[in-house]
Amino acid sequence: MRKLIFGLFIAILPAFGLAAAPGGALDSMKPDHTNTESLQRGAALFTNYCMGCHSMEYARYKRVSDDLEIPADLFEENLIFTGARIGELMQISMSKDMAAGWFGAPPPDLTLVTRVRSESWVFSYLRGFYQDDSRPLGVNNVVFGNVGMPHVMVEMQGLCAVEPRIGVGASVEPLSGNINNSDVCPEYAIEGSMSAAEFDRAMWDLTNFMSYMGDPVKVERERLGIFVLIFVAIFFIFAYLLNREYWKDVH
Amino acid sequence: MNKLINWVDERLPVVEAWNKHLAKYYAPKNFNVWYFFGSLAMLVLVNQLVTGIWLTMSYNPSAEGAFASVEYIMRDVEWGWLLRYLHSTGASAFFVVVYLHMFRGLMYGSYQKPRELIWIFGMLIYLVLMAEAFMGYLLPWGQMSYWGAQVIVNLFGAIPIIGEDLSLWIRGDYLISGITLNRFFALHVVALPIVLLGLVVLHILALHEVGSNNPDGIDIKKNKDENGIPKDGIPFHPYYSVHDLMGVGVFFFIFFIVVFYFPEMGGLFLEKPNFEPANNLKTPAHIAPVWYFTPFYAMLRAVTVDLFGLDAKFWGVVVMGAAIAILFVLPWLDKSPVRSIRYKGWLSKIALAIFVVSFVVLGYLGIVPATEGRTIAAQILTVLYFLYFILMPFYTRMEKTKPVPERVTG
Repeated sequence: MRKLIFGLFIAILPAFGLAAAPGGALDSMKPDHTNTESLQRGAALFTNYCMGCHSMEYARYKRVSDDLEIPADLFEENLIFTGARIGELMQISMSKDMAAGWFGAPPPDLTLVTRVRSESWVFSYLRGFYQDDSRPLGVNNVVFGNVGMPHVMVEMQGLCAVEPRIGVGASVEPLSGNINNSDVCPEYAIEGSMSAAEFDRAMWDLTNFMSYMGDPVKVERERLGIFVLIFVAIFFIFAYLLNREYWKDVH
Repeated sequence: MNKLINWVDERLPVVEAWNKHLAKYYAPKNFNVWYFFGSLAMLVLVNQLVTGIWLTMSYNPSAEGAFASVEYIMRDVEWGWLLRYLHSTGASAFFVVVYLHMFRGLMYGSYQKPRELIWIFGMLIYLVLMAEAFMGYLLPWGQMSYWGAQVIVNLFGAIPIIGEDLSLWIRGDYLISGITLNRFFALHVVALPIVLLGLVVLHILALHEVGSNNPDGIDIKKNKDENGIPKDGIPFHPYYSVHDLMGVGVFFFIFFIVVFYFPEMGGLFLEKPNFEPANNLKTPAHIAPVWYFTPFYAMLRAVTVDLFGLDAKFWGVVVMGAAIAILFVLPWLDKSPVRSIRYKGWLSKIALAIFVVSFVVLGYLGIVPATEGRTIAAQILTVLYFLYFILMPFYTRMEKTKPVPERVTG
């Protein structure tokens, strides 16, 4: 028995050893798809601020409305701006060719962006804009250099005058007790309507929503997994006993 | 019931087949944990066929629709996400169990006379499985699907004279395109599965003709009782069928942990760039094949010298091909009088250990981006990989083997 478990453990070893994350300084973001309120706030942010240019064309409004417990009529009234019906895919009205002319490249579809780049990347990127007059749109991003996207959330965050501190942990100076790097942006060129902490919270919600959109079945999948594993474990007990019964007389 | 069986049996020898392959197929009674992986490979094959049929029902094999149809399966098709994760995890699980099954063969000399044909059919299965996995990986039409296929098909272009035309013929186009996707789909869901099933039947028929090897490498048919039944044999059914059921339980437990909790396996089973649709104008920064191909990919990249006026790339393809081809002649390289590693000398044991380490580390080197140091490491390990086979006729003859017992040792 011990040999069996050991053998099968060895069997999957190669799968564990190499599951490394990509490097680069990012602020860590661990999504929570069970936090419905956060997802609702994120959905509101996404449809209001992002969906002018970015589609989520592999997903349907109805699924979001159901999963996030937003009543369909409220959802249609407040979160669909294209005139689409609730059963339709989350497409946008901007054509890809025109967008390419305006921004250099069409804004990518964002259904799966957290699975391509990771939640931490998106969370850091959203907070990484700063003033850079050498760029056509007057802004740049520390996570995605020379990005073609404007700082859409400037009215909330304000515009950082210097490069934001992404991927730098806050620390306390041992002698003075002062906190270093508590805020992402030390100096603003334009003040926003939100405090740094409020904006971080809002971007966390937005990233959380995008993470949910990338893998909408995650909560259900992980809930079902428990039952499947319990079933297999019970199956194993019976298989083990049956095997023992047959083999007890074999020498 | 009995009448029905008799009626059928008079027209088709079902009872004989049942006895020959299960109820009166005598397998050695000393099978250990390594003997689970053959039946587990069959289990995974069935999983791939069943989930594959259902995926085909909703998949759209066109460059315009493939990526969106996979997301449609993941989001809109009832249980589609489960079918897809069972299939994608199953692909990796297939290679895990097949690699362990092959290692078992190496360890206990299961390829030696009279089991050469079993080994060769097994190697053909492995070859077809690689083609099947490679073509299946193009179907989601993600960035890594596209660029992975581009790199591998371009390898054929390295062959002198005919190379360029050959890769054009495989792609059916000047680039990987919807045409390539369509033909890979046809091969993946129809042609290769038929070949695979045929080879599996041959693999098992050849096995049941000569009988199973065992961890001691003893021929159990030499010791028969008065009824002509091997003393160390035991009917496959019910003894090993219930035994394998236990292995199925353990396997499924691990398999479902991956399916339900780590379906991407940190980017190993489903690579991150593959969540982005294929774009022939945007090359990913780092192109890596899926983990089960990486040992051979590392060997390909390890060859960096031009030779006889031919490109290093061509010699890389030759090395990669030779690494697989040399496995086919293994039964004739092993000159040892004993089968099992238990009774071989220490030279064989060290050689096998070096071989396993070089294969695993090459697999790692094939995943990570190449650096100068890593290329040198891959070169050394590639040489060691080949030395295992090339030196085998010598070290298996030279070394002192231990005496093999008359009967199996539990």
